[in-house]
Amino acid sequence: MCSGGTLSILRSDSYVDLSQYRDQHFRGTRYDQERLLRKSCTLYVGNLSFYTTEEQIHELFGKSGDIKKIIMGLDKVKKTACGFCFVEYYARGDAENAMRYINGTRLDDRIIRTDWDAGFKEGRQYGRGRSGGQVRDEYRQDYDAGRGGYGKTVQCQRA
Amino acid sequence: MSRRRHSDDSDDSDGQPHKRRRTSEPSEIEERLESLICRVGEKSNSSLESNLEGLAGVLEADLPNYKSKILRILCTVARLLPEKLTVYTTLVGLLNARNYNFGGEFVEAMIRQLKECLKVNMYNEAVHLVRFLSDLVNCHVIAAPSMVAMFENFVSVTQEEDVPQVRCDWYIFAFLSSLPWVGKELYEKKDAEMDRLLSQTESYLKRRQKIHVPMLQVWTADKPHPQEEYLDCLWSQIQKLKKDRWQERHILRPYLAFDSILCEALQHNLPPFTPPPHTEDSVYPMPRVIFRMFDYTDDPEGPVMPGSHSVERFVIEENLHCIIKSHWKERKTCAAQLLSYPGNNKIPLNYHIVEVIFAELFQLPSPPHIEVMYTTLLIELCKLQPGSLPQVLAQATEMLYMRLDTMNTTCVDRFINWFSHHLSNFQFRWSWEDWSDCLTQDLEKPKPKFVREVLEKCMRLSYHQRIIDIVPASFSVLSPANPVCIYKYGDESNRSLPGYTVALCLTIAIKNKASNDEIFSILKDVPNPNQDDDDDEGFTFNPLKIEVFVQTLLHLAAKSFSHSFSALAKFHEVFKTLAESDEGKLHVLRVVYEVWKNHPQMIAVLVDKMIRTQIVDCAAVANWIFSSELAHDFTRFYIWEILHSTIRKMNKHVLKIHKELEDTKARLARQHKRRDSDDDDRSSDREDGPLEEQIERLQEKVESAQSEQKNLFLVIFQRFIMLLTEHLVRCETGGIDVFTPWYKSCIERLQQIFLQHHQIIQQYMVTFENLLFTAELDHHILAVFQQFCTVQCTSKLFMFSLLCG
Repeated sequence: MCSGGTLSILRSDSYVDLSQYRDQHFRGTRYDQERLLRKSCTLYVGNLSFYTTEEQIHELFGKSGDIKKIIMGLDKVKKTACGFCFVEYYARGDAENAMRYINGTRLDDRIIRTDWDAGFKEGRQYGRGRSGGQVRDEYRQDYDAGRGGYGKTVQCQRA
Repeated sequence: MSRRRHSDDSDDSDGQPHKRRRTSEPSEIEERLESLICRVGEKSNSSLESNLEGLAGVLEADLPNYKSKILRILCTVARLLPEKLTVYTTLVGLLNARNYNFGGEFVEAMIRQLKECLKVNMYNEAVHLVRFLSDLVNCHVIAAPSMVAMFENFVSVTQEEDVPQVRCDWYIFAFLSSLPWVGKELYEKKDAEMDRLLSQTESYLKRRQKIHVPMLQVWTADKPHPQEEYLDCLWSQIQKLKKDRWQERHILRPYLAFDSILCEALQHNLPPFTPPPHTEDSVYPMPRVIFRMFDYTDDPEGPVMPGSHSVERFVIEENLHCIIKSHWKERKTCAAQLLSYPGNNKIPLNYHIVEVIFAELFQLPSPPHIEVMYTTLLIELCKLQPGSLPQVLAQATEMLYMRLDTMNTTCVDRFINWFSHHLSNFQFRWSWEDWSDCLTQDLEKPKPKFVREVLEKCMRLSYHQRIIDIVPASFSVLSPANPVCIYKYGDESNRSLPGYTVALCLTIAIKNKASNDEIFSILKDVPNPNQDDDDDEGFTFNPLKIEVFVQTLLHLAAKSFSHSFSALAKFHEVFKTLAESDEGKLHVLRVVYEVWKNHPQMIAVLVDKMIRTQIVDCAAVANWIFSSELAHDFTRFYIWEILHSTIRKMNKHVLKIHKELEDTKARLARQHKRRDSDDDDRSSDREDGPLEEQIERLQEKVESAQSEQKNLFLVIFQRFIMLLTEHLVRCETGGIDVFTPWYKSCIERLQQIFLQHHQIIQQYMVTFENLLFTAELDHHILAVFQQFCTVQCTSKLFMFSLLCG
């Protein structure tokens, strides 16, 4: 009786729950995608500075467990870092701890965001924005020194 | 989400809307009940008393239909929400007053749950159950004499023979730790019996072994706060409570408001409780040392902090630890719950919270939760209390720094990790000048060492120039090296070095995407300084070949971790061949160190990759760490991170193969079962063949892996013994004091090996005892082993020798 029972308020693990985001380029059904997300050991990491290195990411994310691989996100045209990456752990539990304790904290003075990823596939390391970087850097209006200054559209306007 | 049997549209012919019957799933009722019960006591517009009264009414009404569910939920909250103990005992008290039978059934269910917890080694939860039962005495649910009788059975466990001390410890702890709640009532009803129990407890505490204490203390010094063994501390607290005539003012007791109702209730007697006997499978909680860093002098403006031997201190700490245990996965909830702990204007809550969090972070052997959780929890707390908590944290950091000289090395490691990670979330802002005292000290001393390691970790989370910028110029002596690669064949001026031309050749070849075979043929030209004529066919250990190849490759791949990993992967074959022998493996590691000694992080990830791709093995890494080339870096943090990471990989490997074996055995068992149930004569034992072969193979693999694991620890212990013995002999013959900073660090690193991996080491105890930790060993080193044995309480040989004096 006692080894099984628990309480739903103690089962709450909101940081590990799936977010609303679903990769639109995913090949397969929603169901497939969610099934993969629920057992994934890979995290997408966003809002990185363009200058954040693999070494820094390794040091921070290594705090929740042994990292299998880091894949830096690249500008499709310039092939330089464009502010995101994938971190793959050997064990799901380690990825969960990263979601619980590293998501929403700072790296290079920026609040970074982690989310479950269905698994790296060749090509996914590139930004999907028209100019080569991430979509969010195409249209944003603010000035962000760590992410190339103004958004691409704004840059074009200013030019 | 109810399922309506009838549709919303009432399309009855007579136009009358039918009464809609709503049927809910049974699980929904359970969820609702659970939610109601769990939420009582949370922030509410009504008073706690009226909420409890209301809930008691609801539950009483639901008893006819949902009694077993309610029983189960109440038993579960008793076990899992100990921080709300008195809220729920009051609730049970009210229910018992309304329904005597229910009260009896609840008590029976609790006893069943307690027995089950003890059977499956859930001792921490069992304590909560015992405490709950004892508080039920205050709620007139359980008769005091029967509670005393249970405690008499607990205390009599100390009279059992041939049982581990930790077993007796638990029963004494369960008894003593309930007294803050129920001591007064029990003493009023049964003072003679209680005096006897306390006296028996005292004599047990006097005769029990405490050799393990130094191994578990965060600080070795007794000032400013003694780090007491947990039972000793609790005993002092209970003695003081008794002296204060059992007056206890901190615990919230909602049942007091219902006294007139509750005292009318009939009480139940606890059935006689026999502690389940000790078995081979019993695993009791390890002993602890109570962490104290604050007292009332640390917050002179605020409310007075309860003294270290006050029972209030015990209760506050217990409850705060329980809150963390309940909500560790939800950092915002955890922070909010901690900060809303009742009594926060009578106690310096921020200080208690910070102390409890550091107590867990520094707990030996290991923290209850992953280290990074505490960093993030403290950040959440700072966010919720930006005007007060950061100051307490800064004060705590300062105090921890001041006491580094006597802090256990493992705890210093955790302090370094926490502080550097914390700073990286706050732009590395810190008043470093306050710590200039460390600049005048020998760099091996704890304070400068700490600052150096912190700055190195800060650099890993940022970059070299940032660190130079954030510290005053005077701190440059402690700043980390610029993490650049050192390539010995890089400069024209090195062209006289043997192998220089081959290195150049290799560089060009690799840049031109040469294959492994091409690399081999280039390396053939490298002479072997160890032999007169090189063996053309074979690749016997040739240090120069290894040097030229590894230096060149790592230099070419220096740009990032990914580049280096690709290089290791691409030329895996060359690595495997060059590092085939044990000497080869050791030399590869040496060269890696030579190239990357400025970049410890790179060394660590390369060693990790080389183990995982089987270029080197774990024993080679252990031998390399203890080699004379690394003596200079021996006390640096990164070395021990590498060693512990290596041991963990070894352990995980053994577990993985073991699991494969168990899974295959299970498959075979299922196959047998299917066949038996099929009752089909045609299927034969031949089907078992492949699985049985697999099992045999896996069995061999497991044995071989375990042998490798045992050997790894043998190597590590042997090297420690050699190193420490050398030092002790040198000191004795030279007449100098043994206890240098190096020695303290080294002994504590040995202790760390025991503590971090105690479960594995326990498996091979007999070998270690017979081969290494024999009576001939210097007593300083043997003491570490003996302390470990008492913490584990498993070494029968050692316990026997203790008993014999």
